[in-house]
Amino acid sequence: MPADAVSSGRLVDHFEAGLDAPICLTWELTYACNLACIHCLSSSGRRDPRELTTAECFGVIDELQAMQVFYVNIGGGEPTVRRDFWEILDYATTHDVGVKFSTNGSRITAENAARLAASDYVDVQISLDGASASVNDAIRGPGSFVTATEALERWAEAGMRSFKISVVVTRTNVDQLDEFEALADRFGAQLRLTRLRPSGRGADVWEELHPTAPQQRQLYDWLLPRGDKVLTGDSFFHLAAYGQPLPGLNLCGAGRVVCLIDPIGDVYACPFAIHEAFRAGNIRTTGGFTAVWRTSELFQDLRRPQTGGACASCSHFDSCRGGCMAAKFFTGLPLDGPDPECVLGNGESLLSKLPDRAVPRPSADHSRRTPRRPISPCEPSPLAGFEVTL
Amino acid sequence: MAFQAEQAWRLDRRVAIRPEPFGALAYHFGTRQLSFLKTRKLLAVVQALDEQPTALAACREAGVTEQELPAYCRALETLARSGMVVEDAIHAR
Amino acid sequence: MTDPSTQAPPAPRDADDDQRVDAAEQPDVELVEADLLIEDVSIDGMCGVY
Repeated sequence: MPADAVSSGRLVDHFEAGLDAPICLTWELTYACNLACIHCLSSSGRRDPRELTTAECFGVIDELQAMQVFYVNIGGGEPTVRRDFWEILDYATTHDVGVKFSTNGSRITAENAARLAASDYVDVQISLDGASASVNDAIRGPGSFVTATEALERWAEAGMRSFKISVVVTRTNVDQLDEFEALADRFGAQLRLTRLRPSGRGADVWEELHPTAPQQRQLYDWLLPRGDKVLTGDSFFHLAAYGQPLPGLNLCGAGRVVCLIDPIGDVYACPFAIHEAFRAGNIRTTGGFTAVWRTSELFQDLRRPQTGGACASCSHFDSCRGGCMAAKFFTGLPLDGPDPECVLGNGESLLSKLPDRAVPRPSADHSRRTPRRPISPCEPSPLAGFEVTL
Repeated sequence: MAFQAEQAWRLDRRVAIRPEPFGALAYHFGTRQLSFLKTRKLLAVVQALDEQPTALAACREAGVTEQELPAYCRALETLARSGMVVEDAIHAR
Repeated sequence: MTDPSTQAPPAPRDADDDQRVDAAEQPDVELVEADLLIEDVSIDGMCGVY
């Protein structure tokens, strides 16, 4: 292309065709987690014994640096339960890779809060799914609201600059949007609202937790005037069909500008699509992550122009792009048709027309098999809270 | 305020520039701002800023024509507003 | 931190550009003066990151 030629088409068109390197990506460091949130997109709980070693993690970072990936979003499970978490964090920030990590706050101390506040290359995000303990803990478990707010307080006290509260919007918390805003203001945090997908354990609670159609409209109406002030991770681009799109690229970035690296090195199109159908490869094979990103069949497929199928004739297709691939996949809907939460109701009506459809299950489940009962700190027995099942 | 093209400018040290077939991506690690530079010529201008004595000279070096100059100055102004490019005090005349 | 004038819709066409934008393609957004050469994107504005 001649040097002075202005890129034809929209920014979105170039991104849809894919880039030589992701702009940013999600990296789940571990499947281990001290919580057992009912909607966990990665079905986390138990560590996978095939987890990447510290050296392998450094190798991933070396590759990201060489590819000039600007930013990695580190999550899990709960990434801070890895003993080498802080080492990995430091390695990334000293090798030109910015980090945002997502945590439930359980391992945030005044000391590590101060360390984070001193670093210009780290952002943090606390997961919270209710503006009150009762709403939040019903999803994330007893005590999790207090844990999260204590972490927020520590970051605020440490003078942390850029920290966020990240919420998954559900039927039970959509009436608390003003309270979330107040909570964020109280701690000096930025609010982030994201979409619930029927992924991981989310598939089990999707029916009762995903926002109703009126609630979706309520959410859109609340977000629109707030512009850039409230982040969304571009997760509501399917709502663009209501009218003015929300800020963001408004396109599915999976395999095009973003992807997921999971704790055992598997590369998926995105963190909401942890399933064999969306697995592009593994970083432990020849050529590492770079080869997977650039040459995997799945990603090359995703980067070809998508026809839109049944949605192509809809006047809103240009804005909603047919919605979320993962949402369609895990509700058993065809990928070339409407999103289950299509604002015109086309997804809902298709779901009712296909009552016997096959619904894919995640390929692996790292959920804890025996849920822990909450234990008193005074309990002397080391086996307290564990139920023995045969 | 119009962009001072006769001043010396440089990229902020916290900015990463990643060339792309369609132009370039610029990311500021301090502000977390991501910008899409839509022409290879603009990329060339930005890359020339450090070595050239003025932004104007950088534009000429990159092959910006007189006709194109206003648009490129506007682009540099946008980059200056967002802190991607800063005045180069050391080389200022 | 974020510039209120960013998040612009697709840039208007250059007068010299042969390609014409179909009226149907224009997103339904308020007109903001967009820079022809630069477009700002939110680093959080990419779907597929949680």
